[in-house]
Amino acid sequence: MSAPAAVRDIARRRATIAGRTLRTDRWWLQPLITVVGLVAWVLYAVIRTATQKYYWVPQYHYLTPFASPCISASCIPEASHLGQWLPAFPPLVPFAIITLPFLLGFRLTCYYYRKAYYRSFWLSPPACAVSEPHKKYSGETRFPLIFQNVHRYFFYAAGIIALLNTYDSIVAFHGKTGGFGFGLGNVILLANVVLLWAYTASCHSCRSLVGGRLKHFSKHPVRYWMWRQVSKLNEKHIWHWRGRRWARSR
Amino acid sequence: MGYDAKLRVWRGDDEGGELKDFTVEVNEGEVVLDVIHRLQATQAPDLAVRWNCKAGKCGSCSAEVNGRPRLMCMTRMNTFTEQETVTVTPLRTFPVVRDLVTDVSFNYEKALEMPAFQPPAELKPGEYRMAQVDVERSQEFRKCIECFLCQNTCHVVRDHDENKPAFSGPRMFIRAAELDMHPLDAAENRKEFAQESQGLGMCNITKCCTEVCPEGIHITDNAIIPMKERVVDRKYDPLVWLGSKIFKRAGA
Repeated sequence: MSAPAAVRDIARRRATIAGRTLRTDRWWLQPLITVVGLVAWVLYAVIRTATQKYYWVPQYHYLTPFASPCISASCIPEASHLGQWLPAFPPLVPFAIITLPFLLGFRLTCYYYRKAYYRSFWLSPPACAVSEPHKKYSGETRFPLIFQNVHRYFFYAAGIIALLNTYDSIVAFHGKTGGFGFGLGNVILLANVVLLWAYTASCHSCRSLVGGRLKHFSKHPVRYWMWRQVSKLNEKHIWHWRGRRWARSR
Repeated sequence: MGYDAKLRVWRGDDEGGELKDFTVEVNEGEVVLDVIHRLQATQAPDLAVRWNCKAGKCGSCSAEVNGRPRLMCMTRMNTFTEQETVTVTPLRTFPVVRDLVTDVSFNYEKALEMPAFQPPAELKPGEYRMAQVDVERSQEFRKCIECFLCQNTCHVVRDHDENKPAFSGPRMFIRAAELDMHPLDAAENRKEFAQESQGLGMCNITKCCTEVCPEGIHITDNAIIPMKERVVDRKYDPLVWLGSKIFKRAGA
């Protein structure tokens, strides 16, 4: 019996075509934009959170999501909506140290982010039909990338954090002299919360959990309806995180 | 108005080959396959090219046009400028037979490895009844014309021939999803098969298969990612596993 085609293919020769690609379009542009955009945003975020400053506007009760929840003794007391049950932080430690690892994990394991950084940073592949530079490839089958499978746990955490950010955005409807107030900060905080919920709800894990994992939609009409709504959001998943990155940077 | 197009076509076989330059007449409304046929009729009668329907439905004329995996019959010449050189090469991922023809047996053997639809034991042929909402996900995947552009562009095997024994590729992942989502398929182990035998974990969801699909099938979002999530249900999520044991919802 002859060897399977998959084995035979390895020994047989492909067309001898020189060059890693014959693409004539600017295939390198999108990965470049992603690298520049993400690096700039990460640098900004690191500096912004490490400064431990400019996170609270006392007149209007605006609290930046980068510092929420502010539970350290170093926080301005009015900004600590959930109390201060951690000791004072040394310099450079972000006040939102409790939530930031989960938010970072949610994004790192996100299926859309994965596409973006595998292509742009790891060049695996840099673009479709453009050869990657690596000699070996095992995908997400081994440590550490097998941990991409925990995306849904970060999704659960992101839901709790979205609740916190929603609370912060409601508290921010505060006038300069007390009572109700509305300003540009509210618009940005609201945009952040709406986009955060949209990004979280449109997550592929959410799509699977609400109904995608079912075999018979007809037996579960409510979950089928939810799956269709999440599916509609899911088509625009990438715009939610791009928009939210913008809102968080304000 | 017709014009003379600059065409560069790969000629050769598994012993070797090279890109050859031609000038071929192009008329309004023509596609790359028309121009290849004219080249064959007028200048290169021994040019090997596989084709059949010329309507984007048979999946035979897959090739790479200016480095991009395309159906030649669905690539209009007016998408290129008249000054542009159009380069046509065979699919890179598969062994070449001659000129633009490659041996795609890899895909057929991977299809043979796939366990077939398993009918429910309690139903006889003729008694199958399915609700539309239950079959519509699988129906999307039935649009596949088996052009194997997705298999060709997938870097897991395109850049790593050594992965071929362990990796079935996106075309087979949509088959796995089609059956796993099928309301009457009784097989219980499709997720495990996808992970352990088809190499689902090797996919890093960079979506090139979706980008090249001429049928517009959402291969990554509707098949590969849902299958990855179903594998997580079974292998990496104790909560879902526990829930399925307590509530006996395996067939939900």
